[in-house]
Amino acid sequence: MESEFIGTMVLTFKLASITTFILLIIAIPLAWVLTFSKMRFKSIIETIVSMPLVLPPSVLGFYLLLAFSPASIIGSFLTEHGIRLAFSFEGLVIGSVLFSLPFMVHPIQAALSQVPLSIIEASYTLGKSPLITALHVVFPSIRHGLISGIVLAFAHTVGEFGVILMIGGNIPGETRVASIAIYDEVESLNYAMAHQYALTLFVVTFVILLLVYTLNKKSLGGIR
Amino acid sequence: MIFINITKHLDTADGSINAHFELTINDGEFLTLFGPSGAGKTTLLRMIAGLEQPDSGTISVDETIWFDSAKKINLPPQKRSIGFVFQDYALFPTMSVRENLLFAAHSESSISFVNELLELTELTHLRDRRPETLSGGQKQRVALARALVRKPKILLLDEPLSALDSAMRLKLQDELGLIHTRLGITTLLVSHDIAETVKLSNRLAQIESGKIVRIAKPLELFTTHTLSGKLQFVGEILSIECDTPVYIITLLVGQSVVKTVVSAHEAQSLKVGDKTIIASKAFNPILLPMS
Repeated sequence: MESEFIGTMVLTFKLASITTFILLIIAIPLAWVLTFSKMRFKSIIETIVSMPLVLPPSVLGFYLLLAFSPASIIGSFLTEHGIRLAFSFEGLVIGSVLFSLPFMVHPIQAALSQVPLSIIEASYTLGKSPLITALHVVFPSIRHGLISGIVLAFAHTVGEFGVILMIGGNIPGETRVASIAIYDEVESLNYAMAHQYALTLFVVTFVILLLVYTLNKKSLGGIR
Repeated sequence: MIFINITKHLDTADGSINAHFELTINDGEFLTLFGPSGAGKTTLLRMIAGLEQPDSGTISVDETIWFDSAKKINLPPQKRSIGFVFQDYALFPTMSVRENLLFAAHSESSISFVNELLELTELTHLRDRRPETLSGGQKQRVALARALVRKPKILLLDEPLSALDSAMRLKLQDELGLIHTRLGITTLLVSHDIAETVKLSNRLAQIESGKIVRIAKPLELFTTHTLSGKLQFVGEILSIECDTPVYIITLLVGQSVVKTVVSAHEAQSLKVGDKTIIASKAFNPILLPMS
């Protein structure tokens, strides 16, 4: 029982960590495009990114399940290459990335829109490439947005339920994460175990957020 | 030598205009782009910097082509030897004063030049401060020093002093003049302050609705059409020239520059920057219809 508890918690945080890492890589260029580009279809991309905020998780989960099924075009292509996404950890990662996308993109986008264009231009006139400018001028200015995005995306993935239930099911050690486990334990009237999961999530989430706010305040204090 | 002959379609508050700028700038010259807002001064500066692209034409500096629409050449700002001072200073908020300058440095020699520039702009004691703790005048000096670190061929100043109070503006005008004399960098200033223009520039290009309407020495441009004939004004002395046996005083009255003559004795009690009253006792006003 105890080893199952640890296994579930490890899986939960492994999923959240991998999801957050992938999101960070995707969200920075995406937020950059949404902030600075003047392309025509920007509002469509913006809408798609924000959809998970309002869409019931079961809707996203349902369509992902359809897409992953060997009967669909994507699913059959993946099956041919020996990849199975439905009811697998990899499938959960894809679902979580999509579902937590706005939680990473929005804070970064908000921070980027506060960066004056002139400091980017100033860096260019000082001979610095866009990459150097991004690393040394832009990222330090938006670090609070980056931290908020990381924390929100991580916490949101830990707490995710609907999408995971739809595409992951409840396979111990593969797709059974803490939020599913709580539901499962309650259903079998095993309240003590449900409580153990719930309290652990509660405490861990509290500590992470507390740490972030304390650190954020300190680094802000350093500037002022 | 810098040759500019470019066109660009501009959307301004007063409708769209087809701007055409033709201009030759000599090495080491201090040239001011003067004119009302929306005339295209800043756009011209940004096109020289490579921050905006002209629709057609050429920009060449010495033997290098920076922009040529026919040959499809358009050097990015990084490849143009420029220093740009932005109206909002554009200092990097997460770096100290010294780090702002060091960021621009690209070689060992420019690192030692950073210390020299900090001295020159009287920023040495502020070098570890963050931009947000500085006053407007100090921020402006950091922006200027940072633009000079790479020893650019051209220094581009976009209304750098417009946000400052008049005392600080006068002080920084002196510093700008000093730095220009000291380093001899070809300088282009966007301004709509007549006193500043007269004080600093060798030549002045008057820009209206996307065209350079006149290029002249600053005093000529402001004084040829001005007749001093009203009863009493308050003016600021811009220059005192000895033209034996009299002295010619150039004054800024409101937004116009006026010349008047005083005796050597009267000139002794006057100096540049003084506020004076010009009055005419026996008056014979000349009225000219304005076109």
